[in-house]
Amino acid sequence: MALIEVVDLDKEYVNEEVVTPVLHGLNFKIEKGEFVAIMGPSGSGKSTLMHILGFLDKLSKGKFVFDGKDVSTLTDDELAEMRSKSVGFVFQAFNLLPRTTVLENVILPLIYTKMSEKERMSKSKAALSSVGLDHRLQFVPSQLSGGEKQRVAIARALVNEPAVIFADEPTGNLDSKSGLQVMQILQELNEEGHTIILVTHEKYTAEHAKRILRIRDGELVGDEIVNNRQIANGAKELIK
Amino acid sequence: MNLFEQIRSVWKIIGRNKVRSILTMLGIVIGVMAVIVVMSVGAGAQSLILNQIKSMGSNLVGVLPGQADEKGPPASAMGIVITTLKDDDIKALLKEIPSLTAGTGYVKGAETISWGDQKTDTNFTGVSAQYTEVEDAKVEFGRFFTEEEERASTRVVVLGSTVAKDLFGDQDPLDKQIKIKKTLFNIIGVMKERGTSGMQNQDNQVFVPLYTAQKLLLGIDYISFARFKVDNAEDVNSAMEQMNVILRDRHKIDKPENDDFNVRSTAQGLDAIMSITNALKMFLAAIAAIALIVGGVGIMNIMLAAVQERTREIGLRKAVGAKNSDITVQFLVESITITLIGGIIGIILGIFISYSVAKVAQQMGYNWDFVISISAIIIGCIVSVGVGLLFGIAPARRASLLDPIEALRHE
Repeated sequence: MALIEVVDLDKEYVNEEVVTPVLHGLNFKIEKGEFVAIMGPSGSGKSTLMHILGFLDKLSKGKFVFDGKDVSTLTDDELAEMRSKSVGFVFQAFNLLPRTTVLENVILPLIYTKMSEKERMSKSKAALSSVGLDHRLQFVPSQLSGGEKQRVAIARALVNEPAVIFADEPTGNLDSKSGLQVMQILQELNEEGHTIILVTHEKYTAEHAKRILRIRDGELVGDEIVNNRQIANGAKELIK
Repeated sequence: MNLFEQIRSVWKIIGRNKVRSILTMLGIVIGVMAVIVVMSVGAGAQSLILNQIKSMGSNLVGVLPGQADEKGPPASAMGIVITTLKDDDIKALLKEIPSLTAGTGYVKGAETISWGDQKTDTNFTGVSAQYTEVEDAKVEFGRFFTEEEERASTRVVVLGSTVAKDLFGDQDPLDKQIKIKKTLFNIIGVMKERGTSGMQNQDNQVFVPLYTAQKLLLGIDYISFARFKVDNAEDVNSAMEQMNVILRDRHKIDKPENDDFNVRSTAQGLDAIMSITNALKMFLAAIAAIALIVGGVGIMNIMLAAVQERTREIGLRKAVGAKNSDITVQFLVESITITLIGGIIGIILGIFISYSVAKVAQQMGYNWDFVISISAIIIGCIVSVGVGLLFGIAPARRASLLDPIEALRHE
């Protein structure tokens, strides 16, 4: 059974009676453990697709089945519940809370769960350790480099052990070396079994994934396996 | 996320914005403080008035000239001169009602009193010989004047303790002659110190026989008011009824609506004063409450700005699983925490200020009680939480309804 199954998905925005179609007739499946890049130029609807798959937005028509459950018509609170349990996000702009320690930033998703204080703490520390930031727990974002910020964001996306991690242009605000580190971490997470969906407009970045879904003008125009996959290697050694 | 965790995370948020939080609190601090101070000082002032009246004695009955008005103060207290009440009325009442053990009419005036080169401006009071009995006043040196001296319009005077000190210092004033309005009076006694009673400094005045004051000093034939002592408190009401009947008869008045006098017991006077001071207290509290509303608007303003400023944070919180209700509660807890802390600081400052006022008043010799009612504190707490809730709900709702995608894109 596919983790994500999308059938005839349509998305349109209605603003003062003006209907703007964004996505049209999408059909695809994503299995557990895949590393998929959703690639397309800006305005293609790839971000909207990610928002729907990540329970931040609702589809207009069609069907979205997540882990065997039809999630096309969830209420706001149910969507929040799904975000809390099943997905993690890494954003281009990091979106860390300012003046808040690295550790507290990573704990954030867990405070909306019923987890005990102790468990939250140990999970957050483990997540930060897996991105190589054990030594930065009490730092605040303004004391970190861009690459470190994004690794904190990855730790935050990981901490609730989600079924899928969404990464929206995760290297967009980083220099190439830091970007490489981030891609390496994502690849390693995928090796460990995490399902990762990467949204990007760059071919080079997309080629770090195992499969690419090409979106143009709201339609799926390509679904291919990456043959010459980019492997971000050795970059992680630079971290330590 | 339970409430305790919400409160803890809000503490961190407030800590991160110390200056702004403190400034926001200030409105509530001042508002709650004002309410507490007004209520406490009001109660203190009320206690002062009550103590003043109680110090005159509880089984006193007063007669004032002019129509009775149950709710407000009598006309004579507002400075209107009514000339219908005479000393003969007083003497008749004393003769015909056995339960009246003593009584005196009063006339008052202000004059410069001199002894040689020494001068002092003071009040003189014309009373009858029974004054000391009516008011429980004691003579320190010498004696009070007698009924014979009163009837004969003798030029004798009894000094209040302050006047005696001002004019004579350490010297013995007895049998000295002082001049009041160019007339020489023989000093026969000095009153014992009494402090303030009936809102008047009892020591800064001199006493002369009633007729002497009326004829020689004022040139009038009426009295401004009279006080009687009833033998015991149970007889007060029946004595008052008899007084009404006798006075109506003497003044040829057919029905009570036409009364040109007004008989009141101290208890009634108390009620009248209490109703005035209560109204005043309420009025002041209402003004103080306006400060609270202004503080509340300040809270709303800051919280709306905070929602704007933290739009991205709200978007992020939603993206990682916060429900709309989590966001609402977060912002409500924040505004309530700010107002509650402000309220508690306001209560503490209010108590401190009220205490200082009471201490200063006591230093100045007033019989002023320091009163902080538990209800004032509870009201202060409830009102500050209420203000936080009331003015926090709109910003909190606005925050909770933000679209997470839009919020995350917000610059």
